[in-house]
Amino acid sequence: MSDFVSDFWNLYVIVIVVGSILACAILLIVQGKATFTPGKTMGHVWDETLEEYNNPMPKWWSWMFVITVVFALVYLALYPGLGNFKGMLGWTSVGQHKVEVDKMDAVVKPMFDKYLAMDLKAVAADKQAMEMGKRLYLTYCMQCHGADARGAKGFPNLTDGDWLYGGEPEQIKETIANGRMGVMPPHEQLGGDTIKDLANYVRSLSGLPHDSARAAKGQETFGSAGCVGCHGMDAKGMHAVGAPNLTDKVWLYGSSEAAITETITKGRQNQMPAWKEFLGDAKVHLLSAYVLSLNQGAK
Amino acid sequence: MLKHEQIEKSVGLLVVLTLLVVSVGGLLEIVPLFFQKSTTTPVEGTKPYDAVRLAGRDVYIREGCFLCHSQMIRPFRAETERYGHYSVAGEYVYDHPFQWGSKRTGPDLHRVGGRYSDEWQRAHLMNPRDVVPESNMPAFAFLADVKAKDSVGADIEKKMEIMRGYANARGIPTYSDEEIKGAKAAIGEKTEMDVLIAYLQGLGLALKNVK
Repeated sequence: MSDFVSDFWNLYVIVIVVGSILACAILLIVQGKATFTPGKTMGHVWDETLEEYNNPMPKWWSWMFVITVVFALVYLALYPGLGNFKGMLGWTSVGQHKVEVDKMDAVVKPMFDKYLAMDLKAVAADKQAMEMGKRLYLTYCMQCHGADARGAKGFPNLTDGDWLYGGEPEQIKETIANGRMGVMPPHEQLGGDTIKDLANYVRSLSGLPHDSARAAKGQETFGSAGCVGCHGMDAKGMHAVGAPNLTDKVWLYGSSEAAITETITKGRQNQMPAWKEFLGDAKVHLLSAYVLSLNQGAK
Repeated sequence: MLKHEQIEKSVGLLVVLTLLVVSVGGLLEIVPLFFQKSTTTPVEGTKPYDAVRLAGRDVYIREGCFLCHSQMIRPFRAETERYGHYSVAGEYVYDHPFQWGSKRTGPDLHRVGGRYSDEWQRAHLMNPRDVVPESNMPAFAFLADVKAKDSVGADIEKKMEIMRGYANARGIPTYSDEEIKGAKAAIGEKTEMDVLIAYLQGLGLALKNVK
C-alpha cells in the first residue's frame, strides 16, 4: 500500500523528477548544437573593458552532466525514489538494518545461547564470556556504576562484596532483569535532636567517632521509631527490601554525621532500572555473571 | 524560444526562473513529506507532551541541549544495540520544532526515557562528573534554583493552545480543555530541573522495548 495519502503525490513526484532529468538532457542537446565562434567576442563591452567570448562549454564539463543524467536514470530504476515505485532491488533502510543485524546475530547468537545455558558461576569463570560481559557493562552500566564499577554517591560499588539486595547469582540476575526500587522514608517528624542521636548511634555501629551519650539515646529510638523494621534488630539490613547493613564500612550516601542526618531527615529514594525487556535474557545473563566476577576476591 | 540574452537583461524574469530552479529540491524532498502516512501519523504510544514535559522541553531547547545531543537513532546495528529501536518519523509528530540535532558530543537521547533513575538524572545534571568522571558535559545545577512557573511554565496554557492548533490542523489527538486548564497546577512548584527530568524520562518510550 502506498505511503502517500493520495495518488496525486505519486504523480507529483514522478512528473518533477522525470521533468528535471529531461530538462537537463534537452539543455545538453541544445547546447551541443549551438554555433560557436571561438576566439571572437560577442561584441558587447561593459564595465569599460569586460568582454565575452563565444566558446563552447568544456567537453569534460558537458560529459559530467551526461553522466549524472545516466546515473540518475539507473539509480531511479534500482532504488526507491520515483513516487511509489520501490525500485528493482527492493532496497529499504529498514531492510538494510535487518540484514546487518541478522548477519551479526548469526555469529554472536550461538555464543550468547551457549552462555545462557550455563550456570552463572561457570560463566563468570569463562574468559571469553567475561570479555563480552565487560563490553556490555561499559555500554549499558558504567553511566551509573562507573567505568571501574566502583560506583558513585548514591550508586552502589559493584566490586566490594557488599549487597543491598543479595549477592547470590540469582539475586544479582533478578536485580538486573527486573530492577529494584529502594525507599528510605523521611523521618523529619522525629525532630532534629532525636535525629542527631540516631546519626551518632549509626556511626557507633561501624566504629566511627561518635558522642556515646547521644548514641545510647539513639539506640533506644532505633528500636522505637521503626528503624528495625527494615534494618533489623542487629542493624545488619535486609536484602528483601534493600535496606543496607549499617554496621559495615560501606556508605552509599556518605558516613559523615551531616550525610547520615540528611538521609534520616529527608529519606532516600533510588532505583535500579529493569533491563530484561531492553537487553533480553542472554545479555542480562552475561552481565549478571560479569558483576559476579567483579566480586571474586572481595570479602 | 527564450534567449539567454532576454533572461540576462530582464531582472524579473531572471528572479522567477532562478526561484523555480532552486525550489525543485524542496518541492520534491520536503513537500511530499506532509502527505505521507508514515510521517504524519503518531506511532502507537506516542502522546502529546503533557504540561510538565512541554515545559521541560523548553528548558532543553533554551539550554541548547540539541547542540551536543541528537534525538535520532539511525538504523545501524551499532546504534540500535546501544540506544534501542531506530527512530521512526511517527514518533516526532508532536515535536515543534523537532530536536534531531546534528552532532553528538554526548550520546543520543531519543530513548533515554527510563534508562536511568530520576536520581541519576538529578545527580548528573547537578554535576555530571559526580557520576561519570570522564564526562565533559557542563553542569546545570542552576536549573534547580528556578521555579518552572516563573520561566518556561509562565505561559504554558498559551503554548499548549498553539500545540493543539498544530495537532488539530493535522487531525491527530491533542490536549483537552481540562488538560490546558490544569497545566499550571501540574507544574506547581517544580523547578526547571524537575520539569527537564520529566521531559527526559518520557523520551522514546513508545518503541523502547520493541525489537
